[in-house]
Parts: sequence; structure tokens; C-alpha cells
Amino acid sequence: MRTILYLIRKEFLQIFRNKFISRAMFAVPIAQMLLLVPAVTFEIKNVRLCIIDNDLTSESRGLASKLEGSTFFKVTFSTFSENEANNLLHKNKFDLILNIPSGFGKNLGTGKTGKLMASVDAINASTAQLSWAYLNGVIRDYNINILNENIISVPVTSVPQIMITNRFWYNEMLNYNHYMLPGVLTLLVTVVGFLLAGLNMVREKEMGTIEQLNVTPVRKYQLIIAKMVPFLLIGLIDLSIGLIIGKLVFNIPFVGSIILLFACASIFLIAILGLALFISTFSSTQQQFMFIAFFCMIIFILMSGIFTPYESMPMWAQDFNLINPVAYLMRINRMVMLKGSTIHDISRELYSLVVIAIGFTTLAVRRYRKTA
Amino acid sequence: MNEKVIYVKNLVKKFGSFVANDNLSFEVFGGEIFGFLGANGAGKTTAIRILSGLSSPTSGEVFVAGINASKNPEEIKKQIGYMSQKFSLYEDLTVKENIMLYGGIYGLSKSLIKERTDNLLEKLNFREYGDKLIAALPLGLRQKLAFSIAVFHEPKIVFLDEPTGGVDPITRRQFWEMIYETAARGITVFVTTHYMDEAEYCDRISIMSEGKIVALDTPENLKKLYNAGTVEEVFIKIARPVNN
Repeated sequence: MRTILYLIRKEFLQIFRNKFISRAMFAVPIAQMLLLVPAVTFEIKNVRLCIIDNDLTSESRGLASKLEGSTFFKVTFSTFSENEANNLLHKNKFDLILNIPSGFGKNLGTGKTGKLMASVDAINASTAQLSWAYLNGVIRDYNINILNENIISVPVTSVPQIMITNRFWYNEMLNYNHYMLPGVLTLLVTVVGFLLAGLNMVREKEMGTIEQLNVTPVRKYQLIIAKMVPFLLIGLIDLSIGLIIGKLVFNIPFVGSIILLFACASIFLIAILGLALFISTFSSTQQQFMFIAFFCMIIFILMSGIFTPYESMPMWAQDFNLINPVAYLMRINRMVMLKGSTIHDISRELYSLVVIAIGFTTLAVRRYRKTA
Repeated sequence: MNEKVIYVKNLVKKFGSFVANDNLSFEVFGGEIFGFLGANGAGKTTAIRILSGLSSPTSGEVFVAGINASKNPEEIKKQIGYMSQKFSLYEDLTVKENIMLYGGIYGLSKSLIKERTDNLLEKLNFREYGDKLIAALPLGLRQKLAFSIAVFHEPKIVFLDEPTGGVDPITRRQFWEMIYETAARGITVFVTTHYMDEAEYCDRISIMSEGKIVALDTPENLKKLYNAGTVEEVFIKIARPVNN
């Protein structure tokens, strides 16, 4: 135990004497929170719309002004030529073309169906689907208006129909910041945990100082624990900075237990540090370590469910996530912060993290060689 | 002098098909200064790493302080000190912090560390350097400090792998005085070098060439045997391949 304390003391002395790391420790969480939380959003605003109005009736203009009036669409172009519109869509001048053919107003006036044509740039499939859905929504509204005003004397609302009232639980305003912030916190802890300790270990190999430790009677687990503890603390400090920024800048609701969140983050950090130190045992240069570390980090992060819902991943991906610590902390963070989940609600995630942490740390200790 | 602190018999170390240590056999006695000579690449460092428990032998028997190096390298590490040719103190720690770290790892008490640190700094005339970072010290001082730290916990044996590489002659001289003093305290010194003048200071030397020990005796006996005035002449006669 005393040996570990001496080693930990040495790590802290080195970390605080290293100007770059001691500054980055504070700069990284601040920059990451301020940049990523507002930037990473699925909310779609300002879809650029082009209207081809070959009808020029009050009905077609009514529809166009309704679209213009929505916050979702921005009519950036109007033309009468379908060719011109298609060319400009090709050049990415707008995202959506709504073609109102001549006769649209006349058809509506005579009780026939008015036909419209929409062309959507679907390079980003989810944006395209959402734009299409919004467009549909606006047109449906417009439909009801027409029914109300022109065709039936009785308002449609008095005709029996099913009305749905909905309430969005846990994030009532559908604020994307609230959804992304716990995710970005997870990223923050992941990056700090993954890179610092591993690089530190490989640097000792490069400098040759690790050999002087290897020739002492220090035990392998003592070395690994001493490399973990300082970076575990740095990870938790960065998590605190991130949470404070979340509260002060983004006014994130925090419904759950802070202690539970920090406990989970600590276990997660042990898992990530264990993995990083395991990778460091077979990397002899910092470049080699970075290469493998980034490979693992990108896979862990993209599969963690930060951007894409976990539930819609293929089965094999969900199975992979059984060993992905980032996926567990991603869910825990969101559940504890937004839902106020208790330790019972997240027990499955928590147990899994404990198993992964023990597994990776054991790997790191076993793979570490004091005698080549 | 008759206690065998190192016993090596038929030591072989291979890296793939390359034989770095080819059937080495030798003994080192307690309190001795044992010089391990050889050209670059002769296999000195490989052997010293095996004796220190940093590397395991491919075959052969290696006992250091009575402990089997193939089976129990970690036990050996409790009994030895080691200083490598690659400078390996922490440059971003101060002199005192480095001493404290290694003293602590070897399990010395805080008061003992403090007492020995004071003595050490006094003896080396290092007082004003105690709180300086290693990075700020000149190479000669660093090497002396590295050696002092290697014997700080009073090991049975200290292994020095080319300790005086790149150091000026005056510092080398002082360094060897430190080695003598250490040996006089009863610590066995196992030192590799390719400075032949240093070999003259050793009690016994072994000369390695291409992975094999080609000579082993006191400097005087070797000079007599090869009819040479200095160890350097002996070395040139032995180590130079005949067909060259």
C-alpha cells in the first residue's frame, strides 16, 4: 500500500509539473462542452425550399405562404422552370422542391383532388424523411383549412374523429441540449480516460524510465493502480467541470443522484483506464498507442448510442455493446440526469460496467511484463 | 570473498535465431568488483538484464543472491540495484523526489529515507541540487546520482550497465571512487564497460566477444597470460577476429 502511495505521489508531481497536461485538464472539458453541446443536434431547422408555382392561383399562393410562415422551411428560391430547379437541387442550392402544377387551384375549387409533387434531396436520409414529414404536416393543416372554409359548412372539428394529446416525458420541451449534454459528458470522460494514462505509460517506455521501475520489487498491480488513480481523479474533475458548465450555461436539469453518477463514472473510468493500459502494454511508441486507441474509441463512441438510438441497431451491434463501456455510461448518464433513475433502475448497466472494469484491469495487469 | 553471489552455468539467450549469449558460465563472489567487458553488441547488456531479472534466459542455470533467475526474477529484484546505460531517473522530478520514490518502493521508512538523503547530498556535495529538477543537472552529476540511487537501499549486488558512457574523465574517476567505496561496504559491483582503462580497476574481468566469454581472470593474470602491458592490449588481442 505504501508503495502505491509513493508511486501515485510521483504521478501527481509529474502531472502538475507538466504545464500542457495541467492546462489541458481544464481547457478540454470547457471547450468540449461549449462546442459540442449546442452543435451536435438532430433538430432540423431552416430546410431550404424551392417552390415551382405554375398554378398562380390563390390556393397555390396560400399554400406557399403557409410554408413560408413555418419556422421549419425557408423558401430560398422560386421559379417556373422544373429544369432550373432540378439543376439547382443538384448544386445543393436547396434541399426540397415543391412543384405546384397548373390546375391545382382549379381542381380544388371543383371538388377534385389537388396534386403536388415534392422532390427531396435524400443524401441524408433522416433529414429527408423529416423534411418530408414536416411538409406533409403543413399540407395536412392546409387541407383542413380548405375543408373548413370551402367545402363543408360544418367545421371539421365537430365531425367525430380521434384526437391524440401527447406529453413528452423527461424532456418536455424536446430540448436537444438536454439530450446531448449527458452524451457529451460521456465522451469527455472517455477521451480523458483513454488517452492520458496510456500515453503516460508508453512515454515511460520511450524514455526508458519504466525499466528502472521494472527492476525494483514493485508488483505489477501496484504499477497499474498507481497509473490509474491520478487519471481517474482527473476524469472525475473533468466530469465536475462539465456538469457545472451544463448547469450554468445550458441550465440542464439534473433530476437524479450526483453521487450515483460519479460512482458510475468512476467504475467506467477504471474500465477505460484498464483498456488503455492494456493497449499500452503492447505499444512501444506513442504513435502506436494513439493509432490503436483512436480505433477503439471511434468504435466505442459511434456504437454507444450517442447519435443513433441503441434500440435501432442491428442485433449483432447490440451484442457488441455488451462489452462497450461507453454504451453503458451513455445510458446511465441520460437516465440518471434526465429521468432521475436510481441504482435499481440502472443495476444491469452498473453490474456490466463492474464486470468490464474488472476484466480490462485484469488484462492490463496480466499482460504487463516486468520480465521480458 | 568466497560466498558466491552470482552463479551462472551454460546460460543461453536467443532472440529468434540470433544467439546473444552463447553458453556463458561464470561466478561472482561477495564484495567483488566484477568487470564485464566486450565490444558493442557482444551481449553484455543481454546478460546483465537476465541477471537483474529484466529478461529471462532461454536455457541454463542463473542464480543471483541464491535465487533462481528463471523461476523467481521478482525475488532477485529485492536484492539488487540496477543502473542502465540509458539514463532512467525522472527528469521532471527533483533530486529529492527521485530518491524518495525509489527509497519508498524498496520499503525504507520515511525517517531512514530522510537521513540517508541528507548524508548522500552531503557526501556528493549536492546540497544545493536537492530541490532541482534532474533535467537541470549536468550529465556527470546525473550519473553519480543514478548510481547513488541504485545502491540507496543497500542491495547485495549492484548491476551497472555502461555507467560512465559519455562522461568526462574527471567525473569517471570520481565515479570509480564511488564504486570502490560501495564495494568496501560489502556490496558486490557487477559493471559492464567498454573503457579498457576502467577494467584495470576491477578485481576480476571477463571479456565477451560475439556472445561468448573468451577470457576471465584478474587483470594482472590476463596481462601476463597474453603478454600485454594493459588490459586494452589484451582486449585487442582477444576480441579482434583472427581473419581480420
